[in-house]
Amino acid sequence: MSGNVIEVIQTKGKEDDEPVVTGRAVYEHPFLVRLCHWVNTVALFVMVGSGLQIFRAFPSFGAKIPQKDLLHWPKTFAIGGWLGGALQWHLTFMWIYIATGVLYLGYQLFSGNYRQVLFAPRDVPGVWPMVKHYFFFGPKPAVREAYNPLQKHAYTTAIILGVLSVLTGFAVWKPIQFSWLAWMMGGFHYARIWHFAVMWAILFFVLGHLVMVILHGWNNFLSMLTGWKKDPEY
Amino acid sequence: MKNSDRKLDQAKFRQVSRRQVLKLTPVLALGAFAVPKWQAGLLKKGLGFSDWASARLFRPGHLATTFDNADLTPPPKFPINGYDVDDPGVDLENWTLTVRGAVQKPGEYKLAQVQSLPRIRQNTRHVCVEGWDVIGRFGGARLSAFLQMVGADPTARFITVNCADDYYESLDMATALHPQTLLCYEMYEQPLTREHGAPLRLQIPTKIGYKQAKYLTELKVMHVLDRVGYWEDQGYSWFYGM
Repeated sequence: MSGNVIEVIQTKGKEDDEPVVTGRAVYEHPFLVRLCHWVNTVALFVMVGSGLQIFRAFPSFGAKIPQKDLLHWPKTFAIGGWLGGALQWHLTFMWIYIATGVLYLGYQLFSGNYRQVLFAPRDVPGVWPMVKHYFFFGPKPAVREAYNPLQKHAYTTAIILGVLSVLTGFAVWKPIQFSWLAWMMGGFHYARIWHFAVMWAILFFVLGHLVMVILHGWNNFLSMLTGWKKDPEY
Repeated sequence: MKNSDRKLDQAKFRQVSRRQVLKLTPVLALGAFAVPKWQAGLLKKGLGFSDWASARLFRPGHLATTFDNADLTPPPKFPINGYDVDDPGVDLENWTLTVRGAVQKPGEYKLAQVQSLPRIRQNTRHVCVEGWDVIGRFGGARLSAFLQMVGADPTARFITVNCADDYYESLDMATALHPQTLLCYEMYEQPLTREHGAPLRLQIPTKIGYKQAKYLTELKVMHVLDRVGYWEDQGYSWFYGM
């Protein structure tokens, strides 16, 4: 579906007249990509919110005696109200989050659509010019495809972080039944630290993502709803 | 998407776009969780599904990690979580474990009878639902051996326990029969202290901490659960296998 192009036309005057092309639109985001994006927007919000409430129950990665808290996260920015409630949200939405992730990865792989977003070796040279443009007032590199190399890097990293959030979560949830997974992370105690760290990495990505979405305007945002990018630069 | 529609007028393009957005309406189903009337029920079902998955993932032969003595958390740093009272007033001299339910030999069992079974000592990780963990040295009889001693019905699905401080818990039979599940009367090779549940507690390395009830007074072998557990009744997970 990507690369499917529509020319938006305006018919003027009599039927015999040639229609005037007033714009173009490219179908960038297939239905399943959009569906998974928005479902996991909600699911991730709940997982982070409830996760932080769970963290509040023991906001430390050291000993219990004596307890030295790492961070006081306010209850108002957490979901669940208390540990029991937060666990209900977390242990419910984890299945939605995982199923959606599997659906997304499966679709991307089997449809071939992953090529649009997967960071590949040929994208490496394009990363630094993009960084210079975004952060250091460098010139704008030519737009050749739906995602520029830096975007591919960001989104590919985000997917990897998503997978890590699930793996570290499994190690915290079942350090005995998934003992090999927990072992790779250094055991239950460390898996909990990794799970927390991965969450912050994902939040850092989300922040950057939201900033970019705002900066790149309405037509770009709309493409994640309708699938169609109006008047793309490529 | 039809490849042939290469040229569309504005109105048709808007219609196509609108239809694409409408295809996303299933996302709104998640909104059900925000409806107060439905929220508790949905979350209960979600937790129930998690418990079901946990039970499926439990492997009766798979052991919890055991540790060297060097890895043990020193006794003063082993936290004590209370439930209701600091001292449930157990009369250690006259204490018995009342055994009831689907067993051939119900009745009162003295600590000496539990201690007559082979003593297992194991260094395992104890995880609290709060998120902290410690490694303790626990000693006791295998619950499976005790169940054999009292002639428990092997087809029974649950064990329920009542405690001197009115705490109560229940266990799936598969976990009860797990080789590391103990009727624990020792910690760090000393008899259980009052704070840690003297004279007898459950020690279940394959479960979260709150299922490992202290101050046991009664043990029932059941086909049906009559009482689930104190924390479960507040909304926590029942199976909570590690």
